[in-house]
Amino acid sequence: MSDQPHNPYDHGPDHHAGAPSVENEILERAIRELLVEKGVVAPDVINKFITIRESFTHEPGARLAARMWVDPAFKARALEDGRAACDELGINLGPFDLKVWENTPRLHHVVVCTLCSCFATTVLGNAPAWYKGREYRSRVAQSPRAVLCEFGTAIADDVEVRVVDSTAEIRNMVLPLRPAGTEHLDEAALARLITQDNLIGVTLVQPPEQA
Amino acid sequence: MSVAYAFEVGARVRIQTREVTGHVRTPGYLMGKVGVVERHQGAYRKPEELAYGTYDGGTAPLYAVRFQQRDLWPDYDGPAQDTVLADIFEYWMDPA
Repeated sequence: MSDQPHNPYDHGPDHHAGAPSVENEILERAIRELLVEKGVVAPDVINKFITIRESFTHEPGARLAARMWVDPAFKARALEDGRAACDELGINLGPFDLKVWENTPRLHHVVVCTLCSCFATTVLGNAPAWYKGREYRSRVAQSPRAVLCEFGTAIADDVEVRVVDSTAEIRNMVLPLRPAGTEHLDEAALARLITQDNLIGVTLVQPPEQA
Repeated sequence: MSVAYAFEVGARVRIQTREVTGHVRTPGYLMGKVGVVERHQGAYRKPEELAYGTYDGGTAPLYAVRFQQRDLWPDYDGPAQDTVLADIFEYWMDPA
């Protein structure tokens, strides 16, 4: 590395990054109240945006994954063009394109945004707090298997673990492996097996409880 | 709309190292590293311009580039086949 120009991202020891500073909280409130006071933003608009934002769940992603499991032609289309696949299922993807990465018995994907916390919100729901934190964002890129173990996920040594870093405007989702023993389930029942963590790639889909 | 890609899928590329100010979406840990083009991802506007309010600038080709973990971290303790995949713009890449 000594023959390379200085890496501009090497800022030395990290500082805590978690809750906003008191100054930023005061600033946010001041701006919000001024925008409303000056009539730039109607008072109910902010609450409407919050309601919309809080309504996002991982259900669209689970539905997309279940459809990809049962319909090979749809899976091929979805792997090629995530937005078109969402359109087919009536999923409102929003402004950012989607790429689905298929897990296989030889390849396991896990999604991160090391730069900030980009997340396929309209398909996977709101990002969990751990996903947005610096610990996950830095560790999963460097020690993905250790992080996966902490989630209870062990990937065999002959399987490739591929960390997908969402560095551009494309949002990423994992198509998890379909567990054994699910051949009898319909699409809706399959979708109910799939969690947000499965679609991020930190856990494997659990087979249904045995009757 | 078709995109003219300078690098084919499977091409070896080196990510440029730059002293940068302002907004950049090429991660520091990939600068100077060699990877392989995994997929053509389309053309998108440049993040360096978007961050400064330039929304009508041209687009540039985007690539999903695959890196071996052992090439990124000297003490990577996982298997040799483990990788990182990141979306990198063409203007940040040189042939390797």
